[in-house]
Amino acid sequence: MSEAVNRKMRTERSALYNLLSRLYHNPLGFFGLILVVIVVGSAIFADWIVPYDPIAINIRERLQGPSAKHLMGTDQLGRDVFSRIVMGSRIALKVALVSITLALSCGLVLGLIAGYGPPWLDKIIILIFDTIRSFPTIMFALAIVTLVGPSLETVILVVVITTIPVYGRIVRAQTQAIKNNEFILAERAMGANIIRILSLHMLPNIIGPLLIIASMDLPGVVTIEAGLSFLGVGVRPPTPSWGSVLNDGYSFIRNTPWLIVSGGIPLIITTLGFTFLGEALRDILDPKLRKDI
Amino acid sequence: MTALLEVENVRIRFRSKNRIQALMDRDQDPYIEAVCGVSFTLEPGETLAMVGESGAGKTTLARSIIGLATLRQGSIRFLGNELSNLSDAAFAQFRRNIAMMFQDPVGCLSPRRTVRSLILEPFKIHRIGDKNWTAETKRLLEMVGLSDSFSGRYPHQLSGGQARRVGVARALALSPKLIIADEPTAGLDVSVQGEILNLLVKLQADLGVSFLIITHNLSVVRHISDRMAIMYLGRFVEQGITDDIFYHPRHPYTHALLSANPNPDPDDPKEQVELKGEIPSLMNRPRGCEFHPRCPCVQDRCRSEAPPLETVAPGHLVTCHYPIKRNGRP
Amino acid sequence: MGKDRNSVLDIRNLSIEFATTRGRLKALRDVTLSVPPEKIVGLVGESGCGKSTVIFSIIHLLAENAVVTGGEIEFEGRDILKMSPNELRAIRGDRISMVFQDPMTSLNPVLSIDTQMTDIQYRANIDMEEKRNRAVEMLARVGIPDPRQRLANYPHHFSGGMRQRISIAMALLANPALLLADEPTTALDATLEAQIIHRLRQLQDMVHCSILFVSHHLGLIAELCDNVVVMYAGEVVEEGDVRDIFHRAAHPYTQALLECDPARIKEKTRHLPTIPGDIPDLVNLPAGCIFSNRCPQVFSKCRTTAPQRFEVEPGHFARCHLVTEGDVP
Repeated sequence: MSEAVNRKMRTERSALYNLLSRLYHNPLGFFGLILVVIVVGSAIFADWIVPYDPIAINIRERLQGPSAKHLMGTDQLGRDVFSRIVMGSRIALKVALVSITLALSCGLVLGLIAGYGPPWLDKIIILIFDTIRSFPTIMFALAIVTLVGPSLETVILVVVITTIPVYGRIVRAQTQAIKNNEFILAERAMGANIIRILSLHMLPNIIGPLLIIASMDLPGVVTIEAGLSFLGVGVRPPTPSWGSVLNDGYSFIRNTPWLIVSGGIPLIITTLGFTFLGEALRDILDPKLRKDI
Repeated sequence: MTALLEVENVRIRFRSKNRIQALMDRDQDPYIEAVCGVSFTLEPGETLAMVGESGAGKTTLARSIIGLATLRQGSIRFLGNELSNLSDAAFAQFRRNIAMMFQDPVGCLSPRRTVRSLILEPFKIHRIGDKNWTAETKRLLEMVGLSDSFSGRYPHQLSGGQARRVGVARALALSPKLIIADEPTAGLDVSVQGEILNLLVKLQADLGVSFLIITHNLSVVRHISDRMAIMYLGRFVEQGITDDIFYHPRHPYTHALLSANPNPDPDDPKEQVELKGEIPSLMNRPRGCEFHPRCPCVQDRCRSEAPPLETVAPGHLVTCHYPIKRNGRP
Repeated sequence: MGKDRNSVLDIRNLSIEFATTRGRLKALRDVTLSVPPEKIVGLVGESGCGKSTVIFSIIHLLAENAVVTGGEIEFEGRDILKMSPNELRAIRGDRISMVFQDPMTSLNPVLSIDTQMTDIQYRANIDMEEKRNRAVEMLARVGIPDPRQRLANYPHHFSGGMRQRISIAMALLANPALLLADEPTTALDATLEAQIIHRLRQLQDMVHCSILFVSHHLGLIAELCDNVVVMYAGEVVEEGDVRDIFHRAAHPYTQALLECDPARIKEKTRHLPTIPGDIPDLVNLPAGCIFSNRCPQVFSKCRTTAPQRFEVEPGHFARCHLVTEGDVP
């Protein structure tokens, strides 16, 4: 259909309203949005939601199943699992947000340089990326933990280092795809310097899909943190992380299955929520996938 | 009076193989000659059209004038100043005086910037400070016949014609002396391409700006250019005053190009000249006269000997062994 | 022209809408045209006129959000709009063929020309060698040098012009009754365009098919076509014999379009004619004639009532109040 007919006379509704209404019509995406709101909400309002102190020990009530008093039961030290899960969402999101933000920033800068800069610099950066990516994450994590000691910061460090190459490659590919577009050429023809071109003209056109990809990585990072904590190389007890709940559940699976289930539920919710939401956002924002003209 | 732009014997080439491949194929030339020895001048207030088909090298040549392609050989002088192979910093001052409009009307506009920010971009790039930006935007939009309401729109909200006008407004921002327009009518319907062309003509009359127009649309060339040059495989095969060339083309390629744009009249007796074959690849340039495999009037000499540059009339140059005398025959 | 029962293709009162976020876009409204046997019909119009929609509706390859709200497309006596997917598949590539605009993407890049050209003959009851021979013969007819040797090549071994010829050869292999050509030369250089057009005319004489040739290039239409259909913003505004249209255009849009073509302007002028304004919004259609907001000869009736299709002279139709009122300009 004619572009001319389409482009003119667009009703001026706010972009956010349009986005939300589109999401409303995408049932899976909307469901994802609800799940995400639940997870984020529990992280923000954890202090008000938790019925008990997550690290308060109460041996008399250990390893109980779900009840009116303890919604998800108790663990081997009598701690309320529900409180630990809710507080654990803070750790999960903190790790995820900090790592992804750091990885995004570094990946963005390196990717832009690799994609737009001279070929020799590109080759060096790609070499670094590929070297990092050739290490399995867990092995890498174990190596770093041996050097630095296990802690939340270690987990973040591992995640950041292993994720930078992923984002870097995506940014590089996008940069290379756009850098010969006519509007970039036009900027060069007008005399714009490289900083201006990268920051004002490249970046805004790359960041959109990148943010969505990053949001879909969030559950992956959360899972990595859970995995590392499960292995005992992540956060140290008594800090409540989903991974440590899973770890406890694994040890005490003969006594009660509820620990593992409770540890797994938030991971499922987070993964499903962010994935559905991310996919719906990508479909909505990618004009080629739209069914209308 | 110094010419505004003097292009002398410009040669531009690109690598078709990287260094390692070139080493391995020692006997084959790793370069593609995109522009081979082009010379012309442009006076202030004049419009020169560069015409040619794909592979002719017109866009490459235009880009070298604006500093986006390096010259292998030759010189480009703007008001007497040498432009070729200057550093970006040294070229910056000339970018105020030479502006370029690109082929894709919407694609050459940064997608996430408003029309206002796009038009004011040249000012920001050259760090020109205190001006009333709102007034400036309005002035530029008015010059190209767009209302102020367009300043808040984004490129995807503009039609092809409107986007082209924004491109013109942007080119005019710093009051350049020369505007290079790459296919100004591409993508525009016949009923609206007149708008943009009339605008360019008006701007030339009002502001005295010179135009270098790249196009393959010959029928348009006749109406808006003073002089024209026809390019084939990186060379000018003919150049001169537009009217002269239209009335009496001397090079067989020019003749064929002119006849390829038929008069929309089913009873038009004019015969369309059909050329043999296709444009050769730049990697396999024919020997002798590069047009000889397709030329309807080819002779033996053309196959082995490259033709010299000849002046067939004042200001009218042709590169052909047997320029057309009358009625399409040498 | 007109409702000729012997037409290869007869489109009657075709209306198609597209569902968009802003509402229903009325892409085609009451489109009527016909293609006589062994004739070349040119479909000319500018962006937004709906000519591509017409073509894709004939071959029934419309987008998912397209809705046919009325009319019929009669091909060899049967309504295409009512055919089942199997019936459609039976006629596509066999009775109706198509050549697309972009030669770089219309051939399968991973199959050799041999494979593609013999594959497309899958309905023919002949052996592989015979299919190959027919392919070679057709390639020679479209002007591919050394066709037998080049059969083994892949599309990327050929230039744009060659690929377009191969597409035409493939389209004509099955001896179709109707060839749809959607701007087949727009992506090619001018000198190449001339070659292809000449070839097409020769081929049409040999194969005896009808061609529906879509283009925005008036010069080509004048050279190649027997009949012309002019479309504007989703409607057929004029149709007739090529001389009717170019010498005695009745609709103001056609007249304006011809005036705007710079190739037609004999005298050099610094001020080129244009049609000011834009096509109206096809979602919220204005009342009256679709061209009324840009028409140089508009009068009051044009803005309130839409004109009907009217026979100006035998075989020459226009949709304009000026002709129905009796004042043929």
